[in-house]
Amino acid sequence: MQIYLPIAEVSVNAFLLLGLGGIVGILSGMFGVGGGFLMTPLLFFIGIPPAVAVATEANQIVASSFSGVLAHLKRKTVDLKMGTVLLVGGLVGSGLGIILFNYLKALGQVDLLVKLCYVIFLGLIGALMFIESLNAIRKSNKAGGTAVPTRRKHNWVHNLPFKMKFRVSGLYISVIPPLLVGVLVGILAAIMGVGGGFIMVPAMIYLLGMPTKVVVGTSLFQIIFVTAFTTMLHATTNYTVDVVLAVLLLVGGVVGAQIGTRIGVKMKAEQLRILLAIMVLAVCGKLAFDLLVQPAELFSIGAGGHS
Amino acid sequence: MIRLVALLLVMALPVRAEEIVLGLSRDEIAITATFEGSDIEIFGAIKREEAIPQGDDLGVIVTVAGPDKPVTVRRKDRRLGIWVNTEAVDIDVAPSFYAVATNKPLPEILTVQEDINTRISTRRAIRSVGRSAFGSDRFSDALIRIRAGEGLYQTLPEGVWVKDDTLFRARISLPANLTEGDYRAEIYLTRNGQIIDLYSATIPVKKVGLERWLYNLAHDNPFLYGLMSLSIAIAAGWGASAAFSLLRR
Repeated sequence: MQIYLPIAEVSVNAFLLLGLGGIVGILSGMFGVGGGFLMTPLLFFIGIPPAVAVATEANQIVASSFSGVLAHLKRKTVDLKMGTVLLVGGLVGSGLGIILFNYLKALGQVDLLVKLCYVIFLGLIGALMFIESLNAIRKSNKAGGTAVPTRRKHNWVHNLPFKMKFRVSGLYISVIPPLLVGVLVGILAAIMGVGGGFIMVPAMIYLLGMPTKVVVGTSLFQIIFVTAFTTMLHATTNYTVDVVLAVLLLVGGVVGAQIGTRIGVKMKAEQLRILLAIMVLAVCGKLAFDLLVQPAELFSIGAGGHS
Repeated sequence: MIRLVALLLVMALPVRAEEIVLGLSRDEIAITATFEGSDIEIFGAIKREEAIPQGDDLGVIVTVAGPDKPVTVRRKDRRLGIWVNTEAVDIDVAPSFYAVATNKPLPEILTVQEDINTRISTRRAIRSVGRSAFGSDRFSDALIRIRAGEGLYQTLPEGVWVKDDTLFRARISLPANLTEGDYRAEIYLTRNGQIIDLYSATIPVKKVGLERWLYNLAHDNPFLYGLMSLSIAIAAGWGASAAFSLLRR
């Protein structure tokens, strides 16, 4: 069934959008990522104008993250205190990110920079996570199932001032690292048009030392607010949020997120991480491939009046 | 403007041996939520005071043009191993939709000079004023190629059916990815490559109903629209969560 999208001004198959929303929703619930880094390129691919895709995706992430976070709240796997600290950083970061984005746009080549950002960050994070979780799986196999609780290593993160107790995460650390993580994620989120979960989740695990089970819910909690803020910015400045597109994506997305959360609970943390790593590397590989291989059509059409 | 001059010139002719009488299958196109594209049928007759001229080639050209919009065409090139946009050419006038239907291939029924004056062929309907940089033809060609691939630019050399040199009919199909605005339908009558009559009509294409309402809200009251989008998202997220916990019970 074809549906004409009023803001995007294109006609697309409604079931295709529902399906895409569902698949990305499952991944979102499983890994605590908003799924934007998958959905935004997919929307480009089916012919949605990039500006509309990025803005509408932000709105859709609000829905799937909200649905996901409710499931996590019930199981008490959301560190609200940590989430709030990350959120403060995130809002500052997304403000900075939008300033940076507009500056890059004035220079031209913003598309390329966005893609390079994707390739570099997805590649780095994917590779790191992959190696780390592979080692973890090997270790747990050697230990023969008797998991030995290892004491967390003390690194520079633990020697900073302004310490705060994060009961749910079982951490007593300075607020500076989570604030900085929030700012960094906010900047990248604004530039890349994503929620930033795929950067925040590994940062929380490896940099802050949070337990994996808490990370997903907390990341979703933070993403809701950052993407809601981004949606409002896009809606009021660029008029590029397509509510019909968003509804179709989020109907699939919220259902998917519920299913995904339940799958995620049944899986081991290492398995969850290695799957996320593989997915991140796959998207990175695809984007790198597109940059390196000669495209079939060298020309592209944009709105008039470039500088 | 040039078309207007051409029209006035045609109007100014003292006696027209042949003129167009036209009908349109629809005088406006409404874009609804389930819009999947639309066909316009353009039909008419050639009215004459005298007998059909013998031996001359009759040409009927039907064009449908969407609103003009400036575009930028960019070309990718390899830099340090990756493909990046390197060159860009602004095209000042490019119709968002353009179809040319003729009863015979265009060059057979329209002289090059007439085409230059009236800008009928797709190639001439696109203009980049002021900037005729070297190689900008490649950019215009690319624009035509990409838009033709999307069904937005159509050249239909046998798209006009003519019977007894008197009745004619053309069907233009508009794709689903239409831009709103006034579409111009123009019908040219030619003899030996010269235009002898011209008729034009406007077909408004506009969003209606829910599509219209959402579009207006997004532009006139963006803050409210943003809040509405967010409320829908939150409600849907909560709804799905509630529905699933009910299912589990």
